[in-house]
Order: sequence, then structure tokens, then C-alpha cells
Amino acid sequence: MREVVEKKVLSENDRLAADLRQRYQSENIVCVNIISSPGSGKTALLERTLASYLPSHRVAVLTGDLQTDNDARRLARFGFPVRQIVTGGTCHLDARMIDRHLTELGFHGPGLLLVENVGNLVCPSSYDLGEHAKIVLLSVTEGEDKPLKYPGIFHRSSLMILTKTDLLPHVEFNPDLARDNARKIHPKIEYIALSSRTGDGFDQWLHWLNALQHKLQPHAAATNP
Amino acid sequence: MHEIAIASSILECVSAEAQKHPGAQLISVCVRVGELSNVDKDALDFAFEALTRGTDREHLKLIVEWCSRRQKCTSCSAEFDVQDFDLACPKCRSGQTACVSGTELDIAYIELEEEPCAKS
Repeated sequence: MREVVEKKVLSENDRLAADLRQRYQSENIVCVNIISSPGSGKTALLERTLASYLPSHRVAVLTGDLQTDNDARRLARFGFPVRQIVTGGTCHLDARMIDRHLTELGFHGPGLLLVENVGNLVCPSSYDLGEHAKIVLLSVTEGEDKPLKYPGIFHRSSLMILTKTDLLPHVEFNPDLARDNARKIHPKIEYIALSSRTGDGFDQWLHWLNALQHKLQPHAAATNP
Repeated sequence: MHEIAIASSILECVSAEAQKHPGAQLISVCVRVGELSNVDKDALDFAFEALTRGTDREHLKLIVEWCSRRQKCTSCSAEFDVQDFDLACPKCRSGQTACVSGTELDIAYIELEEEPCAKS
């Protein structure tokens, strides 16, 4: 006897992600989920982002790693609420972890929640965290064909950030080719190239984040001019 | 390598469905996996076997139905399989197409065998 099920394998995570979306909505939180390979510059991007905000800015960070609280310590220097999620071997963050750690962090909107996922281009793309946008990072020390090798995450991301552009004179990397490869997978993916070290291109990224807040929660965004 | 977590979610879902059929024996579970789902079929098979070995689910068979990426043209409505990352419509060459398949990670069905009715 065949019994039709037609259910998402990750329906339990999807249910918790839907609750998170509701929570973000009622608390006026805008959440972005930042995903990349290990070492593509997620933490460096967040450091410069936090450094650019005034102390009154409403922003918090949840950062995931298999082990250590090194990233949280790097990010806590800027005075904003930061919490490390140590997954203990799990290769991705899931909605349950975000819900628990957001509660323990005690961050309430209005404001911006930056989630730094575990360094991994594969598994995090399967888990909905209720975020308003997924952002994928690719550094110039990787290959231009990475979007073709890992299509799932480029298909699901709203924005692709090319990082470490200050290294371009020293590596053989064609930014246009990397962007075009990403657009073969996802024609509408937005693209920003920047260096978290020199700040080159950074204004465009800060503008993108602000525009997202204004679009989603105009009232809340007014508190983060 | 999150296939262990995926396999574990499949087994949880199977158990919940099986509870609706007390006494019936589970034969197989069919899972639809899209090429954009970032789930590897071999790794999923391996994880499923590792999690069921030595348990009462040991004989449960995992059937994986692979779904390649398909796009639908928003101009002429043609549906087509994507070859070599070419998302343009092969019929009218419009670049305006939308993804209609390839992201699946769904449990399609389970197969059960009802125990024969006890004679009274």
C-alpha cells in the first residue's frame, strides 16, 4: 500500500523558520544570513560593518562556528550585542539554534540582525533561518567557477559579495567572469565587490543593507539612519 | 556533509506517518531530491544505512527520485531541462524563465504492508 506523504524533509526546520519570520516581523528585526566557504572573509566583513556604525545603531550579531568563540570575541570589540553559536561539529546553523540564541542574546527590535553562518557553501543553503536575505561571499583567492560548482547557494542568495579585492593585483582572478557565472545560475543575483581591509566598495554594501531595512521596515529603519 | 541530519529528518517523518498505520510494516520511503538542494545521493544512502542498521528500520528501503533543474519560459510557457547552465528558453530564446524544479527535498510517499487480519 502506497501512502502519499508530500512533505518537506526539513518541514520541522521550516516550521521554526516561519515562527522566526513572525518574530522578526513583530519585533521589527531585519535579518540577513551570511554564507561562504571558510576563510572568505565573513568575519572581516562584519568587523568593518560594525566599525562603521555609530554606538546608537541598532544591530546585533549571531556567529556560528564548529568550535571556539574567537569570532564573537573579534566582533564584541565594537560594543554591539554579539553571541557565538558553537555547533560542536554541526556544519550549518538551523532555525532552532537561531531562536534560542536570539532569546539568550536578549536583542529586541527595531534593528538589524546579522547572522554569520558556519563556513560552508553546501549545508547552510538547505536550512531556512527565517532570514530576509541570504548573502553569499566569494573571495578573489577562490575560483571564478565556484558558482557553477556550488549552484544551490548562489541560486538562493539575493546578493553575492566578492571579497578581498585588494588582492586582485596578486592573483589571477577575473571578477566579471565570477559574476557572470553566478548570474548563469541566478540571473537576478545582485553583486558587490569590496575589500574589508581597504574599505574599497564598502559604501555600496552599507547602502545595500540600509536599503533592505528601508524596504522591509521603513519605520524601524528610521532608528538606524 | 549534512546528509546525516537529512536522513535523520526523513526517519522522524517516516515514524510520524507510520503511527497512522498501527501494525503495518514499513517497506520503503521515497524522497525527491533536486539538483539544487545540495544533497548528495550517495552520501544520503550512506547516512540512511548508517542510521538504520541494527534498528527496527533496518529493512526500510530508501528510494531517491532525482529531479534535475527545469525552467519555465514566462513568454511562451515552454518547460525545459537546463543543460550547461543555459537558462534561456530553447524554443523562443527568451531570457525570462523561472525555476520550476530542482530545489526539491521532499518525502513523496511511504510504502507499507498491512498485516493480514487476525482470524476470529
